[in-house]
Amino acid sequence: MTQPIEQEITRSRRRPINATLIVGAVLVGVIVATAAVSLVWTPQAPMRVLSTEAYQRPNAEFWLGTDRLRRDVFTQILLGARTTLLVGIVAVGVAALIGVPLGILAAMSAGWFGQLIMRSNDILLAFPALLLAIMFAAIYGGSTQVAMVAIGIATIPSFARVTRASALSVLRTEYVTAARAAGRGPVAIAVRHVLPNVASLVIVQASVAFAIAILAEAALAYLGLGTPTGQPSWGRMLYEAQSTLRSAPHLVLIPGIAIAWSVLGFNLLGDGLRDYLDPKLEDR
Amino acid sequence: MGAAVLSVQGLGVATTRTPLLADVSFTIDSGERVGLIGESGSGKSLTALAVMGLLSDGVRANGTVELAGHEGNLLERPEREMAKIRGSDMAMIFQEPMTALNPTMRVGAQVAEVMRIHGTEPSKAAAKSRAVELLDSVGLPDPANVARSYPHQLSGGQRQRIVAAIALANSPDLLICDEPTTALDVTVQALVLDLIVRQAQERDAALLFITHDLAVVATVCERVMVMYGGRIVEAGPVTEVFTDPRHHYTQGLLAASDLSMPDGSRRERRSLPTIAGSVPGAGHFPDGCVFRNRCEAATEACTEVPTWHDRGDGAGYACVHPLGADSSSGHGARDD
Repeated sequence: MTQPIEQEITRSRRRPINATLIVGAVLVGVIVATAAVSLVWTPQAPMRVLSTEAYQRPNAEFWLGTDRLRRDVFTQILLGARTTLLVGIVAVGVAALIGVPLGILAAMSAGWFGQLIMRSNDILLAFPALLLAIMFAAIYGGSTQVAMVAIGIATIPSFARVTRASALSVLRTEYVTAARAAGRGPVAIAVRHVLPNVASLVIVQASVAFAIAILAEAALAYLGLGTPTGQPSWGRMLYEAQSTLRSAPHLVLIPGIAIAWSVLGFNLLGDGLRDYLDPKLEDR
Repeated sequence: MGAAVLSVQGLGVATTRTPLLADVSFTIDSGERVGLIGESGSGKSLTALAVMGLLSDGVRANGTVELAGHEGNLLERPEREMAKIRGSDMAMIFQEPMTALNPTMRVGAQVAEVMRIHGTEPSKAAAKSRAVELLDSVGLPDPANVARSYPHQLSGGQRQRIVAAIALANSPDLLICDEPTTALDVTVQALVLDLIVRQAQERDAALLFITHDLAVVATVCERVMVMYGGRIVEAGPVTEVFTDPRHHYTQGLLAASDLSMPDGSRRERRSLPTIAGSVPGAGHFPDGCVFRNRCEAATEACTEVPTWHDRGDGAGYACVHPLGADSSSGHGARDD
């Protein structure tokens, strides 16, 4: 009987300002701002080959230098942010929209149907995201669209699993029994009681999946299977710069930092959001 | 006392392998307050869940459960129809107020929800203002403000009042309370008990009160049923059962509790006697009399399931060697 009282005390204690959320939001905010800026302004015309020297180091005219094909690196970074965000949003969107309902359905349907969902899930889980994306690229050709849908499909199992595990524990709580005792139907219980209570976990999962999707897209572009030549992508920039790693290291470092920045940003944002969104952790 | 609201006949609950409840029969009239007592694991909560139709998958109930105003056996009704009855004609208050409310919904919305489900209050706004009235009626100060709170912002006692408000929202004919005060501290217990009894009486509802606290039963209930090993072993008016128990298990329970007797006498303070042994796990109760492996008076005759000795008016006991009577055999009419 002391347990609930102890919980009460920890809950009512004022939580420190959530630094993780702020740092994550700032990092992600910079990416979003970068992508937004690229819609209206870029230093040079997108992907244009300039009449200037190749392999320039960062300087006053070309802030982040120029690449092998005499294109402005800063312009490419701005445009690449757009690709990165698009890939993340679509991939996570596909995964969450399919994975979360599947997970709740599997948790609520005991017996063969729930088992069927989770075993098919296991089969999908056996395929690494990259392998699935490479298969898709082989069938439908390499493009950003194919890459992000493939990454999304490959991410469904992780959403379904996290959702099911957490939904199972929610379904065992007394307030779900109480809701049933009050005459609530299964759909209403799923939407009003299960979903809000698994949301915080899904959000954390989404941020991690977002980071993984960014990395997967970069890896695909690096392998030449994702975003095709002539379209901006940080992974593509890495691929094109690898042969000049020694002579022009900034061409690898700059997109590398951009990728690391966004992955870190989304991971921190997810952690911070979890703490912030959970009403159980809210101040009195 | 009004007409029978709940009538349970020969209720049994079992998993595919293990029987959990057997031959549970009782009726509760409107306005009547009946206690169901017994140690943990004796099947009290399971009885409540079976009546409500809330048994988990893989656990089956048989027998008949009849609720006034609804024809036929509730156990045979499809889930969809049961959902309509639950929360409107019968409602339940749960043991643990910390977990009986959804942590992500404001409590006012949770109270309003139950009225919206059953169409008691057709409009959202009406349901909301009615929810605030209900919170006021269960004695919550500043109900409008409480309605906007999340469960974690409220104390255990406040939460249990909200759980009570939800259960009472549609004025059920039958209110089942599953250890509603066990998780509360003593001062709050008295308030919540008083509230539940008063609200149930206002609505003339039948009250089934599950607890293992004999003192609570003595203050709240008129009649009590003692449960052990998934069977009702003794039943009768509270004063009768508590002063003149017939079943050895009832006697053990009374001896093990620090209950001041209804006649005002109080046992002298010393270490309380206990019932020898512990409650076996489900399915590991002895056959025949379920209590015989812990009973001092057990004999060869106890290997047969003891018959129910009816003492009239819902009272009776199931023991071959009853206390306070001729120990060779029971008396009175058989009723099964």
